[in-house]
Amino acid sequence: MNIEVLGTGCAKCKQLEKDIYNALAELDVAADVSKVEDIKKIMSYKVMITPALVINGKVKLSGKLPKKDELHKYINEEKD
Amino acid sequence: MELLTTMFMGGVNELLEYLSAHVITCLVPAFFIAGAMAVLVTKGAVIKYFGAQAKRSVAYLVASVSGMLLAVCSCTVLPLFAGIYSLGAGLGPAVTFLYSGPAINILAIALTGSAIGWHMGIARGVGAVLFSLVIGIIMSVIFHKDEQARLGEIEIIPEESLEKPGAFLVTFFGVMVAILIISTSNLQPWIKIALDISLINSIALMVYHYFREGEFQSWMQETWSLVKLVVPTLIAGVFIVGVVTSILPPEWIAGYVGDNSLTANIAASLVGALFYFSTLTEVPIVRGLMNLGMNPGPALALLLAGPAVSIPNLLVINRIMGFKKTAVYFVLVVIMATLTGWIYGILAA
Repeated sequence: MNIEVLGTGCAKCKQLEKDIYNALAELDVAADVSKVEDIKKIMSYKVMITPALVINGKVKLSGKLPKKDELHKYINEEKD
Repeated sequence: MELLTTMFMGGVNELLEYLSAHVITCLVPAFFIAGAMAVLVTKGAVIKYFGAQAKRSVAYLVASVSGMLLAVCSCTVLPLFAGIYSLGAGLGPAVTFLYSGPAINILAIALTGSAIGWHMGIARGVGAVLFSLVIGIIMSVIFHKDEQARLGEIEIIPEESLEKPGAFLVTFFGVMVAILIISTSNLQPWIKIALDISLINSIALMVYHYFREGEFQSWMQETWSLVKLVVPTLIAGVFIVGVVTSILPPEWIAGYVGDNSLTANIAASLVGALFYFSTLTEVPIVRGLMNLGMNPGPALALLLAGPAVSIPNLLVINRIMGFKKTAVYFVLVVIMATLTGWIYGILAA
């Protein structure tokens, strides 16, 4: 599984990255997590509001921090 | 040693000024309002007016005022700007948003109003909206030939939380703005307290009846994260301004920006455009300079050019729209800020 956190470096973007590592640990799922800070690359996902969460190339969320169960749901959806 | 004491006391005094009742009573409601906006105003609802299919005139108008709802720091402004530019309504509305966003958010206006004066707060808001429209339109006229290749359409991810009825949002935010106004007003303290308590009660009722599960918590979290984001740099900024202004000779400031001449306005705009001001610190800086004799005209010019443009922010803009457009944008901001400041200086005198 490939997870990307899109964000230009704001506080919430860093929080999202942390939350993802926690969620992955709790669900015991392995994934490649990377942070996308380049604004052009962020735009290529057609996202305008950061932080945004992209799993396996699909935009799951934009503009807010997910609650824990939402985050687990997104990860479970793409897991296998 | 004596100099150090003067500088330290300067910093402390400046901090105490800000901790005075009228600034606190204004900023506290403003933080709650900004937090509620982040939770309750679905961004998708605003963004749909920025799409490539949206009517140009609507896109400009929404871009010029939506910073009030969306933007508290440049980390939200830049992705939205890039999005409007390359996915949505294009260069003009994008530039309009970029310019007005940082200047008209509720925290910036509340702090400018309570710390410097309500004339300045209103001039800043109105000036930013008007000139953002002018700059956006001029940019799109200059560059109408090379409308850039689109990366695609904006994708609006449907949000799960259903939107609240418009009438509710208007009432809810109306009551909160009323609290802000009453708390900052010159009414007798006991009248203020009585009015505020009844209004806070009505907020509590609205929260109880209309908020879905978790929304109140999100509101509080959002408010707290804004406080954490803004307050530390603001306090540091206020202290440093106090230290610096305690040793700056007033004649020095008066010599450069003491009058409302065009050169004073240009100097203030250029300084504002080149330096980076962390969120809201432009306010204590301008206030400190005004206490040393800066004229209101150049002060407004500095406020208008300050948060909209800085070297780090120009580098990102340059990456998005290229050197030529960035250079023209920079020059336009300096010219506009100079003119607006100059006109305001004349009106204020």
